[in-house]
Amino acid sequence: MNTADQYLKAIYLIQQIEDGPASTGDLADRLDVSPASANEMIGKLEENGLAEHEKYKGVSLSDDGIVRARDALQNYCIIERFLVEVLEVEDFRGEARQLESVIDETVAERLDTIIDRDPKCPDCFDPEDDVCGLLEVPAAADD
Amino acid sequence: MSLTVPVGSDHQLARLLQIGIVLEEVVEARAAKHAHDSATDLSDEVRAMLEDAVEESADHRDRLEDLVDELDAETVPFEEIEALVEAQYESADDFDGVLYDQLCNEETAYKFYDDLIEAVEASNVQFGIDRDRLVETLAAIREEEADGVEEVTQLMEDRR
Repeated sequence: MNTADQYLKAIYLIQQIEDGPASTGDLADRLDVSPASANEMIGKLEENGLAEHEKYKGVSLSDDGIVRARDALQNYCIIERFLVEVLEVEDFRGEARQLESVIDETVAERLDTIIDRDPKCPDCFDPEDDVCGLLEVPAAADD
Repeated sequence: MSLTVPVGSDHQLARLLQIGIVLEEVVEARAAKHAHDSATDLSDEVRAMLEDAVEESADHRDRLEDLVDELDAETVPFEEIEALVEAQYESADDFDGVLYDQLCNEETAYKFYDDLIEAVEASNVQFGIDRDRLVETLAAIREEEADGVEEVTQLMEDRR
C-alpha cells in the first residue's frame, strides 16, 4: 500500500470517529508523522481530487478519495485478519501497520483466498479499536 | 511524508519471509487443485505447466524456510495452508479461469519479492543472516516468478 493510500485510510477512519472533517493534528498523530508532513500530503491529495481541505475545520475525502480509502482499509483488514487467523500473531495491529507499506493489494488479494472475511468488509471495521469488529481475537495467541 | 517502513529487524524480516512461504503454499495448493480438478478440461500443456508450478513453489518454499530457520522463527506447515485453500477453493469456471488464476499467482509472487527486496535494500539493519545471500536468494526466486508470468502469458496468447 503506498503512502497516499495510507493517508486516505487514516482520514477516512478519523472522519468516521469524528463524524466530520479530520484535523491535521489528529491525522499526524494517527500516522505518527509531523503536522508539516501531513499538510504536505493533504495538499497532494487535494491536487489529485481525492480530498478537500477547509481552513480551521480539517480535511474531508471526495467520493474518489472514499473509494480509494475503502480499498486501502480492506487491504489492511486482510493483513490483520491474516496475521491473526494464519500466523497467530498477538501484536497484529502493530505488525499490520509495519507490513501495510510492503504488502501490495495484489498480495493482499492472494492472502484473502485463505482467510474468512465477511462480505460487508470494510464496513465492519471499528476505527477506534483499529480492528475488524467481527474478528475474534484470541486472548493469548501465540506469536 | 513517506510512511514506507524499511525492514527494521530480524523479527520483521522473518515475518515477511513467513508471508512469502504462505504465498508459495497457496500457489502450490491452488495449482495442484487446478491440475487435478476434473471439472475443468485442461490441455496436456497447461496441466504440465501447473505441475511445474507446484514443484517450483515447493522449491521456493524450501529456500525461504532455510532463511527463516536461520532467523530462529517458525513456519506454517504446508498441510495447514492446503486445508485453508481447500476450504475456500472454488473450481475455476473454465480453461481461461485456470490460466488467469495461475497468472495472478505468478504476478503476485513476483510483486511480493520485488517489494521485499526493495524494503531489505532500504534497511540499514544488520540481520542475523547474510544480507547478500538473502538478496541473492530473493532475486533468484523473483526471476523464476518473472519466467512463470511469461510462460502463462504465452499460453494465454496461444489460445487467442
